[in-house]
Amino acid sequence: MPLVLSDEQQMLRESARGYLAEQAPVAHLRKLRDERDDTGFSRALWRGFAEMGWAGVLIAEEFGGVGLGHVEAGVLLEEMGRTLAPSPFLSTAVVAASAIGLAGSAQHKAQHLPRIAAGELVAALAIDEGAKHKPSRIALAAARHANGFRLNGTKTFVIDGHVADLLIVAARTAGGIEDKQGVTLFLVDAKTPGLARERTIMVDSRNAARLAFENVDVTADAVLGEVDEGAPWLERVLSIGRAGLAAELVGAGSEAFDRTVSYLKERRQFGRAIGEFQALQHRVAQVYDDLEMARSAVLKALQTMDENLDGAGPIASVAKAKAGQAAKLASQEAVQMHGGMGMTDELDIGLFMKRIRVAQELFGDVQFHADRLARMRGY
Amino acid sequence: MSDLEQFRGEVRSWLEKNCPPEMRRPSLNEDDVCWGGRKPSFQSDAQRVWLERMGERGWTVPEWPKQYGGGGLTREEAKVLREEMARLHCRAALTSFGIWMLGPALLKYGSEAQKRKYLPEIARGEIRWCQGYSEPNAGSDLASLQTKAEDKADHFLVNGQKIWTSYADRADWIFCLVRTDFAAKKHEGISFLLFDMASPGVSTTPISLISGKSPFCQTFFHDVKVPKGNLVGERNKGWEIAKYLLTHERESIGAFGITQIGRSLGELAAETVGHDDGVLADPLLRAKIAEFEVDGWCFLLSMQRAADMAKAGQGSGAYSSVLKYYGAELNKRRHELMMDGGGSDALEWEGARSHDGKAAREWLRSKANSIEGGTSEIQLNIIAKRLLGLPGA
Repeated sequence: MPLVLSDEQQMLRESARGYLAEQAPVAHLRKLRDERDDTGFSRALWRGFAEMGWAGVLIAEEFGGVGLGHVEAGVLLEEMGRTLAPSPFLSTAVVAASAIGLAGSAQHKAQHLPRIAAGELVAALAIDEGAKHKPSRIALAAARHANGFRLNGTKTFVIDGHVADLLIVAARTAGGIEDKQGVTLFLVDAKTPGLARERTIMVDSRNAARLAFENVDVTADAVLGEVDEGAPWLERVLSIGRAGLAAELVGAGSEAFDRTVSYLKERRQFGRAIGEFQALQHRVAQVYDDLEMARSAVLKALQTMDENLDGAGPIASVAKAKAGQAAKLASQEAVQMHGGMGMTDELDIGLFMKRIRVAQELFGDVQFHADRLARMRGY
Repeated sequence: MSDLEQFRGEVRSWLEKNCPPEMRRPSLNEDDVCWGGRKPSFQSDAQRVWLERMGERGWTVPEWPKQYGGGGLTREEAKVLREEMARLHCRAALTSFGIWMLGPALLKYGSEAQKRKYLPEIARGEIRWCQGYSEPNAGSDLASLQTKAEDKADHFLVNGQKIWTSYADRADWIFCLVRTDFAAKKHEGISFLLFDMASPGVSTTPISLISGKSPFCQTFFHDVKVPKGNLVGERNKGWEIAKYLLTHERESIGAFGITQIGRSLGELAAETVGHDDGVLADPLLRAKIAEFEVDGWCFLLSMQRAADMAKAGQGSGAYSSVLKYYGAELNKRRHELMMDGGGSDALEWEGARSHDGKAAREWLRSKANSIEGGTSEIQLNIIAKRLLGLPGA
């Protein structure tokens, strides 16, 4: 498949760009932050995303979605990255919808997917237990109890977990905490007794939660996929999340970059535009190169998800690693090249650096993915 | 079966029948590559036969039109040919500046007579070309070149000096930038001339590099007579051709970074530093190699995306600078890591064990990647000005 967007995908990009510029410019995030909004995103905007078909972008038509692919979801995420639009799109429409669509029973799909597509259900993946992403280590215990399971343990950095209606929880049903075998995914209603959640407002003004499970009882129907066999499903879902985040990172990095290039053409010192200085020209050219490299890997990762999801793990890691590195560089150079103004809260540039820092950490940072690839390559 | 799949079947059986077994192994060294020419130095009969057969079909230049000695293949068919050659490990039948550089320029700017004369010779590997661009005082500022071609009614009289002319001592002809108007602005007085290296007044001396012997030469022109018909394009409009050709050169130097990826750096380093609990025992080296591989992967995909963008009409000539810069820097990083991984073994300069210092010589040679074909700094200038629209100094 050619490594370019099709005409339809480009049209989707244009329409998304127009919609987001109007409905969710950076000022939208700023307003939510300044008002200390309880939800942390706008329910009205999320309903708007559902009306546009975005909440159901990856959901099959029979479940009320529009049945598009990962390239389309990535196009939307890239545009959302450009305006820093806060919404449960990644947690719910990309990660949770994929998890349920891939591993869910007929009943799970019928119950949850139409509500996700309609913008009525927010869902979140609870995976991390420590400050660094390590999906190979799952300690939260799910012991057999009555007709189902009893969950005990903690989760952290659960994106949108503070308001999610439904949680997808990776738990240990057998083996030691580092064993690949013995991980099970559970669908847990957020109102289940024994589940405590603490909202964590992050540096990017978006929200996650720390979850504490104390004798949280679920029925056997709550198992997503098969008991003890959750790791391969988790792997696929994480790849999807990683490629999506990489697309968002390219969007956020590119917007910070574009704003910086514009600033270099406007800002005058020593009687000339500072963009005339070669010390700055070469650095922005290098950032451009890195962003272009990331863009290629992201598109390839998204295309691979649509063609052969099981083979997409390595390229998803390449994309996440490169997009994280390139976007971080773009945002750091953006702050530096905006000088004192780049340090002010008034300018949006700092908001890009904050979001990029969070997105590059989520589901594995640059080091995590480089290490993962090295292991796959046998060194 | 689609037409393309049928074509694939034909290509496969033709290659199986016609590619000699010796040509299905990687080249041993720089001399084990076929450059063709009037006095070709074939390393083996197999090399000669392989060139003849491929040249006959025009598959040395699969996408050039048939009437100029090419294969007349579509882009998709050429891709199939490359894939099938890779599947059988067939090496390139011909390595040639005529193919990479002059050919594309002649196809775009040459007269019909020039195309009919020069292109088939290139395709069959009968004439070996060299490139006369840089001069001692015209490197990054190439347009300030001073080699002059005076109009003497029935011929041009060429005087001057070129440097970094690769393989000038073995080439049959040169494509050369010369100044035809000294009064005009520097970009507007340059012409693009072709001439025979056997012409009276042409001489060359080789240049030794930090890596040892090199293909580079200094080339001197003293009262060289060149027929008027050897001018490509219009007089004083040679800079446009020069720029076009540099784009092709950049793409091939950029591609250099990836053509040699064989054994992985991780495997190579494992031999010297060993494993510790399943991973390389040197964690800092391991991290650098892993980062390099991420970037290498992205670079390969970007080469593909650039080709696909060009095909979809979304390309930009200046984009070749993105790839040239990144590919050159990447290849230098790769050789630094190979030296890090190789340790003192990689420092041996002579003898059979080190293949006469292959690792060290290639490491040193890679330093030129970010100098030749426009330095990395020049590529960054081009990106800043032409792709990002920053004001010029």
